[in-house]
Amino acid sequence: MSAATRLTTRRWVPPLVGLASMVLILAAVEILIRVGLINRYIVPLPSKVLASFGRVIVEEDVLHRFLLTAWECLAAGVLLTVCGVAIGVLLHRVPLFRLACETWVAAMASAPLVLAYPLFLVIFGRSSLTIIMLAFIAGLAPVILKTIEGLSATRRVLINVGRSFKLTPAQQFWKIYFPSALPTIFVGIRLGLIFALINVVGVEFLINFGGLGQLINELAERYDLPGTYAAICFVILVSVVFFATTERAERWLTAAD
Amino acid sequence: MADSGRLTRARDAMPWLTPVALLRVAIVLAVLVIWQLMAISGWFYSDVVPALPVIAVALAKLLSSGDFYWNLWVTIDEIGIGLLIGGLSGLATGLVIGANTFLAKAFEPYLYYLGPTPKIIFFPVMIMWFGVGAGAKVAMGAVSCFFPIALNVAAGMRQIDQVLIRVGQSFRANPWQMAIKIYLPAMRHPIINGLRLGLGVAVIGTLLAETKMSNRGIGFLVIQAYSMFDMPRMYAILIVLFVVAIGANALVAHFGGLDQIKQK
Repeated sequence: MSAATRLTTRRWVPPLVGLASMVLILAAVEILIRVGLINRYIVPLPSKVLASFGRVIVEEDVLHRFLLTAWECLAAGVLLTVCGVAIGVLLHRVPLFRLACETWVAAMASAPLVLAYPLFLVIFGRSSLTIIMLAFIAGLAPVILKTIEGLSATRRVLINVGRSFKLTPAQQFWKIYFPSALPTIFVGIRLGLIFALINVVGVEFLINFGGLGQLINELAERYDLPGTYAAICFVILVSVVFFATTERAERWLTAAD
Repeated sequence: MADSGRLTRARDAMPWLTPVALLRVAIVLAVLVIWQLMAISGWFYSDVVPALPVIAVALAKLLSSGDFYWNLWVTIDEIGIGLLIGGLSGLATGLVIGANTFLAKAFEPYLYYLGPTPKIIFFPVMIMWFGVGAGAKVAMGAVSCFFPIALNVAAGMRQIDQVLIRVGQSFRANPWQMAIKIYLPAMRHPIINGLRLGLGVAVIGTLLAETKMSNRGIGFLVIQAYSMFDMPRMYAILIVLFVVAIGANALVAHFGGLDQIKQK
């Protein structure tokens, strides 16, 4: 066996062991349920959960729900990108405002804002707007903080180059500061989007409205155990794909820097 | 000149009187004035945007009611137990994964990708497993805080200075002594950071579960105020809740020495 093959084999062994362990755990759960050690009315058979995927996708109109959740995430994402970057730029440009407000923005990031959902329900009604606004508010802080961080980390030499070309403040911003801060700003947007997705699905579940979050709630209320578990797996899959995609994009952007 | 002299003397007497502090006070006052103007303008429903004195009265009533403190204690209790269970299991998982490269490669991706999923979707499962009582809320808190703590501890474990580990080994420390005397002190900051993040998500997980299905706790009070359309009370509860959550987060960061790291 060549060194390259050995290296490839060694690289694939741990993920395969991880995957095999997951399959073994599911197989063990299946056996324990079948012999009666785990109550099948609390934990459904993994094989039934797997089989119910098709039913849930077809009967529960998962595609439509997925598109609704995606649209809510997109709307919140656009809002938090536009507002978050604008506020971040403003705080960076006016140092006194930055000193006064940056700690508040950081505190906002640690506040459980999603708990204000009943308040948003009163203000915006039981609609997509409530979900979008909550996701927007919840994801705003990281975008603002990372925009400030990115703009502040612009290298002095680049700023001096801009000055030597006698760039106007607007040119200095668009040609020097903004391109330099873009990878860090994207990190903030990615974090904001993750918070937005978490909040969109969470609030959909809580107020029983909208896309994938509502699907889990409805299936649980119907006591459709395999369906509930399948829907949860589907949401996990969607968030993993979303997380991995944005992570790839971030790596690509950072590498381009 | 005389004015600037007076300003300097005033600043010496009141060191907090900085431009930043003044701006902060101005922003807070502006927000309060705008809110009050909105409340009395008649453009908004008075129930949705209540006047400031109404909110202040609701806040005073809330803080002077024994019922509020009982419910607060229920929530703190659930979050505390959840944090203990999720924190200890996260710590153990992080130590095992952080110490073993093979296990990290095999299982860390699952933790890494499951970490940012919305945990509230597990609530129906938690109700089936632990019932509709406090157990399901504790489980929500535990599940929520497990992931950030495990990931932070694993990352912290990998960042330990190898010199410290070799010192421990040269003293022939056993695994327990290595954990207590080398690993845990060297990983204090990642652990505290994980705990801070874990506390934040445990608070959210537990309280959201309380709003969904409970008859006690702060989450229940929020949803009760919503169903009775008692908006001033809801504002009062949310204000107290945000202050407590932000304060707890800042306290953990302060006592864990995280603010000192940021200053460096």
